[in-house]
Amino acid sequence: MAHAHAAVMQPPAAAEPGSGVYNEKLGMWIFLGSEVMFFTALIGSYIILRFGTPHPWAPPGVILNIPVTAFNTFLLICSSVFMVKAYAAIADGKKHFLRTDPSVPHDWRLWRWVDGGLKFWFLMTILGGATFVGIQVYEYIHLAHNGFLPSGIKEGTHFGELVAQGIVPAATAGIYGSTFYTMTGFHGFHVTCGVVSMLYLFFKKVLPEKYSEHDYRGVETIGLYWHFVDLVWIILFTIVYLI
Amino acid sequence: MATAVAEVKAEKASLGSTLWSWLTTTDHKRIGILYGVTAFVFFLIGGLEALIIRAQLAHSGNDLVSAETFNQLFTMHGTTMIFLAVMPLSAAFFNYIVPLQIGARDVAFPRLNAFSYWVFLFGGLLLNASFLFGAAPDGGWFGYPNLTSKQYSPGLNIDFWVIGLQVLGIASLAAGFNFVVTIINLRAPGMRMMRLPVFTWMTLVTQFLVITAFPVITVALVFLMFDRFFGTTFYSTAAGGDLLLWQHLFWLFGHPEVYILILPAMGIVSEVLPTFSRKPLFGYAVVVYSGLLIGVMGWGVWAHHMFAVGMGPIADSVFSATTMLIAIPTGVKIFNWLATMWGGQVQFRTPMLFALGFIAMFIIGGLSGVMHSSAAADLQQTDTYFVVAHIHYVLFGGAIQGIFAGIYYWWPKITGRLMNEKLGKWHFWLSFIGMNLAFFPMHFIGLLGMPRRIYTYSPELGLDTLNLVSTVGAFLIGISVLIFIYNVWWTRRHGEVAGNDPWRAATLEWTIPSPPPPYNFSVIPEVVSRLPRWSVTQMKAIPEVPPEPIHLPGGSYWPVVTAFGILVMAAGALLHSLWVVLLGGAVLVVGIYAWAFEPFEV
Repeated sequence: MAHAHAAVMQPPAAAEPGSGVYNEKLGMWIFLGSEVMFFTALIGSYIILRFGTPHPWAPPGVILNIPVTAFNTFLLICSSVFMVKAYAAIADGKKHFLRTDPSVPHDWRLWRWVDGGLKFWFLMTILGGATFVGIQVYEYIHLAHNGFLPSGIKEGTHFGELVAQGIVPAATAGIYGSTFYTMTGFHGFHVTCGVVSMLYLFFKKVLPEKYSEHDYRGVETIGLYWHFVDLVWIILFTIVYLI
Repeated sequence: MATAVAEVKAEKASLGSTLWSWLTTTDHKRIGILYGVTAFVFFLIGGLEALIIRAQLAHSGNDLVSAETFNQLFTMHGTTMIFLAVMPLSAAFFNYIVPLQIGARDVAFPRLNAFSYWVFLFGGLLLNASFLFGAAPDGGWFGYPNLTSKQYSPGLNIDFWVIGLQVLGIASLAAGFNFVVTIINLRAPGMRMMRLPVFTWMTLVTQFLVITAFPVITVALVFLMFDRFFGTTFYSTAAGGDLLLWQHLFWLFGHPEVYILILPAMGIVSEVLPTFSRKPLFGYAVVVYSGLLIGVMGWGVWAHHMFAVGMGPIADSVFSATTMLIAIPTGVKIFNWLATMWGGQVQFRTPMLFALGFIAMFIIGGLSGVMHSSAAADLQQTDTYFVVAHIHYVLFGGAIQGIFAGIYYWWPKITGRLMNEKLGKWHFWLSFIGMNLAFFPMHFIGLLGMPRRIYTYSPELGLDTLNLVSTVGAFLIGISVLIFIYNVWWTRRHGEVAGNDPWRAATLEWTIPSPPPPYNFSVIPEVVSRLPRWSVTQMKAIPEVPPEPIHLPGGSYWPVVTAFGILVMAAGALLHSLWVVLLGGAVLVVGIYAWAFEPFEV
């Protein structure tokens, strides 16, 4: 996608050529660099804790519900795609919500004649993220209700029974809960921050049509963050739920 | 960039001097001064703690302070000096000097810069507020669990430490993002990367270390906090956790942190030496690349802090080797500094004395560092006063002397007056003699078997005299700092007026008035060489009065409000009150919202 960047998206002319990107975008890249280190430390610790312990780990899919979270993962990836659509829309100057194309015969294939603008795709991105967090909260409540806590597995609960039957190893139950809630919790916190920030932008910038094909820095910058958060989730889903 | 905000007539450009103007300032120079003053106060507090420690250890069997108080003192001394004194004193120079050296009017994100300062201030106050509750952190600045686990440290002490350090981390990270973007994107025309002054280069390397190292300690602290607050089991071996995980995470941060502390001082010295040798820095490119190399290699040596753990011969050998390797770029720098002076017209002004002191003391500290790199030798030295001697040679003899070199060097730029030379020399020599008296005997004290972090020792150890010498040295350093404070007070009234460039130095900050006007440069300079003021091809003169109106960003109170939200959240976490945390979170969210959408043009 080769959109011509307007002058405002470039650094001010009176400077030595720097990174070639405007300050907010470079700042976001640098910030994401530190985020990479944050999640690397989290994931690295998890790997050390899980594969360094001599005891067996809980088998996948016994405590955590893989199908529900797989759906949630799909939702988050969709949200990332919506963000790309939002970016492409405003880069083409499409500020509207939805509009129809009269030159195309209207049939059931909506995507042929209904054209989404920034408002539509941005809102869809937010909805995707918010639903993800909602499902995660539901998952937490469900897990805690059945005895799976950050400190381990409570006796006399549904999951406590699994420990008693030896299906879930008792020796690593504590660290299993600790790592699960900390890693997914921090990711959920990141998604929440993204949703809140996008809500800010939606009401203050997107709805009043402050963005145009000449200046859409906010969309691009938050988009970088959003794709990063999605990428991290794919790694987390793999190592925490699947293996 | 659009300038929707009204432009300010340059001759009227002033920032006011009211308390409100300081609270809302986004001017990098003011924020630099705030950083400097605040960090210096913390430096005095940390120094006072050190003096009490030394007074307690002046002779065997002393009972000046209790064991509990002693634990709090050495923990807070280390934490304060590292996070509240050396780092923010360096940050004062980043803020004040870097935009001037690259020919910019401010940093890339002025309000984020103010936010960094306020978060730092609140974090520092929070840590020190622990004294008011009689619950100052007492687990050492390294905070190893399980000593710091709930079971063995049930009080508030460690909570203050865990939360305070996380708050301070936010400040460092925010500043890190800001300065990387500033140095990369805001350079004046012609200021190519390989024309950057070495101090700016070292700032850039330091900030990259900050933004990569601080997330790691944040994770370690989060694990510890969750263990203490929510019963997770990261550091509890009985429930599948791993005690060594903390040590690895902490030193993964901790060793880059060492270079975060020393690289800015190396940058300062690389500015001071050429100026007072009347010669360009010898091997500029090599000094820059060795700084980069130190930054990269600093990531591969962390486990040399853990030889006593018993990681096995292979890990020990690897980390020994990498540690020895890192002495190479450091040695390269030292030879470049010496070669800079070689054949120069060396002028022994106060900044130069401190820079020379830096080189000499850093060599001693560096040599004992190489001794530690041998795992076999290190096993004899671990947890003894030998290590204390080493870190004080590199951090006092190195970082602090480098920072004082910077203070004397840039004081005329910042205040417009030269500090008193005679008092400055008294300051230097007293602190130089004092530090050697205080820290050199510690090598022997340690090798003779005195462990560190014990509150007293028996007379049979036979170390009374050496300890007394060390204590006398520490108090000499204290006196030298008092002389410095008197010098500051004296200079305010009687200091010689500096003019633009009292040292006849080479870099861009000396082309403008002292103190610089709020807009720094009346016109954005066009840089034609690495040493703009020493080159045959002179850059265009910078006019006294700006030829056209200059846009100045206004102040904003949202950074301090947002930072306050973080303080409230931290206090709520300490009180274990979810409601207070949520209240702080609300302030934070509102603060960021208002900040993001207030009219503010850089």
